[in-house]
Amino acid sequence: MSLPTRPTAVFLPYTPHRHTEPVAEAPAVSVRLPWLRYPGAKSFALRDIELTVPVGARIALVGPNGAGKSTLLKAIAGLLPVPEGEILIYGRPLGGCRHRVAYLPQRHDIDWRFPVDVQRLVMTGRYVHLGWLRRPGPADHALVAQALEQLGLTALARRQIGELSGGQQQRALLARALAQDADLLLLDEPLNAVDADTRAVVSRVLAKLQRQGKTVIAATHDLGRLETDFDGAFYLCEGREEPAPPGAFVGLIVGRERPLSAAT
Amino acid sequence: MNWLLEPWQYGFMQTGLLASALIGLACACLGVYVVLRRMAFLGDALAHTILPGVVVAYLIGFNLLAGALIAATLTALGIGWFSQRQTVREDTAIGIWFTGMFALGILLMSTVRSFRDFTHILFGNILGVGPDNLWILAAITGLVLLALTLFHKELELTSFDPTHAELIGLRVDLVRYGLLLLLALTVVSCIQMVGVVLTSALLVTPAAAASLLSNRLPQMMALAAGIAVLSGVVGLYVSYYFDVASGAAIVLACTACFGAVWLIHAYRRRVSR
Repeated sequence: MSLPTRPTAVFLPYTPHRHTEPVAEAPAVSVRLPWLRYPGAKSFALRDIELTVPVGARIALVGPNGAGKSTLLKAIAGLLPVPEGEILIYGRPLGGCRHRVAYLPQRHDIDWRFPVDVQRLVMTGRYVHLGWLRRPGPADHALVAQALEQLGLTALARRQIGELSGGQQQRALLARALAQDADLLLLDEPLNAVDADTRAVVSRVLAKLQRQGKTVIAATHDLGRLETDFDGAFYLCEGREEPAPPGAFVGLIVGRERPLSAAT
Repeated sequence: MNWLLEPWQYGFMQTGLLASALIGLACACLGVYVVLRRMAFLGDALAHTILPGVVVAYLIGFNLLAGALIAATLTALGIGWFSQRQTVREDTAIGIWFTGMFALGILLMSTVRSFRDFTHILFGNILGVGPDNLWILAAITGLVLLALTLFHKELELTSFDPTHAELIGLRVDLVRYGLLLLLALTVVSCIQMVGVVLTSALLVTPAAAASLLSNRLPQMMALAAGIAVLSGVVGLYVSYYFDVASGAAIVLACTACFGAVWLIHAYRRRVSR
């Protein structure tokens, strides 16, 4: 079948007129949320959150399950309505810089039985740059191949996504985030229940992202390797910011809370 | 070999074959999404809700296929609207809507003295397809295949990862509306072949069989199309030689194909263990 579109065809973005340039000197993310709740829910998922993440920083959102880490990431990703308060990405309101933001969802958000292979899953990271009708071109394929290689998935490129192990699925999702070539990466539990191999690969990728000047915000409930993988930590509990527990890693201060030791 | 060729000397058999191939193609390809997105119940509901449209078209002397198209389009939009509101659960909403519309169709049918014409709507009559309807079928199949090709990446992505679609600003609900409209068109053409009652068989069975054989989407569509077209041919032979209802024969041929594929699949799994 001859196809009517080539990679050089006109760009028809999914949301028109929204690909705006970042504001100079603006932080990568600035969040001011008096409260946030899921549509239809009665209780608040987040209360009184202020967070400013400078460009190029790698920040961990730390807290137990149900602390609101995923909710905060989803809000920053623009997946939740924000009725009150403000979230700015590179100084622009949500949705203004969609192509600059990659989001790594938790594994259960995806139908892994669907018949696509790893390469195609990673390719979906390019869709925001392709828009309607355009098909992936050589440059897109090259970026996908590069992302697959960085995460050690080249040999698995043609596997159906459901045939991968949990750690490999996590790596495939991270490969997609890389293929998107975004400036801000929002990672929801990238290290949750993964094998040692995957952990090492993810660490390496995080280090590389920092060298490239990318901004990373990652949710984690693992206090273990914070100082090696991140520049700063933001502690959450029951939807509110918390001071860092004694002795825990703080690094760059991005929230309002000062560590307890520094306050005295 | 003569018995293989004999049926095709009749014009109505030739038209029937062409029509069933066209319908089978559209049904099978779209059916893959119906199966993967678990929309089987929706396809069935769409088939039933167009009955009143067809009956009204008959009563006012309008083209039946056109009446069906209008009713199907309205239903698709209605279902999309309903499922966005979420006041009742989607399957419940569809259940209420589709039985109500079907009952309305039957009620209208009972006001007409002759029930005969309507048996074709209920059970299909592929051999009754006229040349003008053949054009409509060809247009529907062409449109469905074109849309599936052009919007392949969006349909695929919203099916397996709607969160990412939403993140990049791709309207998941818009894609769903589009799919519902395509489904409505396909269901209308399907009704010519096997009727209101058996339509979902043609949408679901070939695609389900294909999904056991392959884990690549385009390959799955090709296999499903092959199974649907083959079932159409086999059903027409059976109906010709044994003088039985063609719609039912075609659906049973699909079911037999699925049975055969399932056996192959089960055997393969045992061997590979």
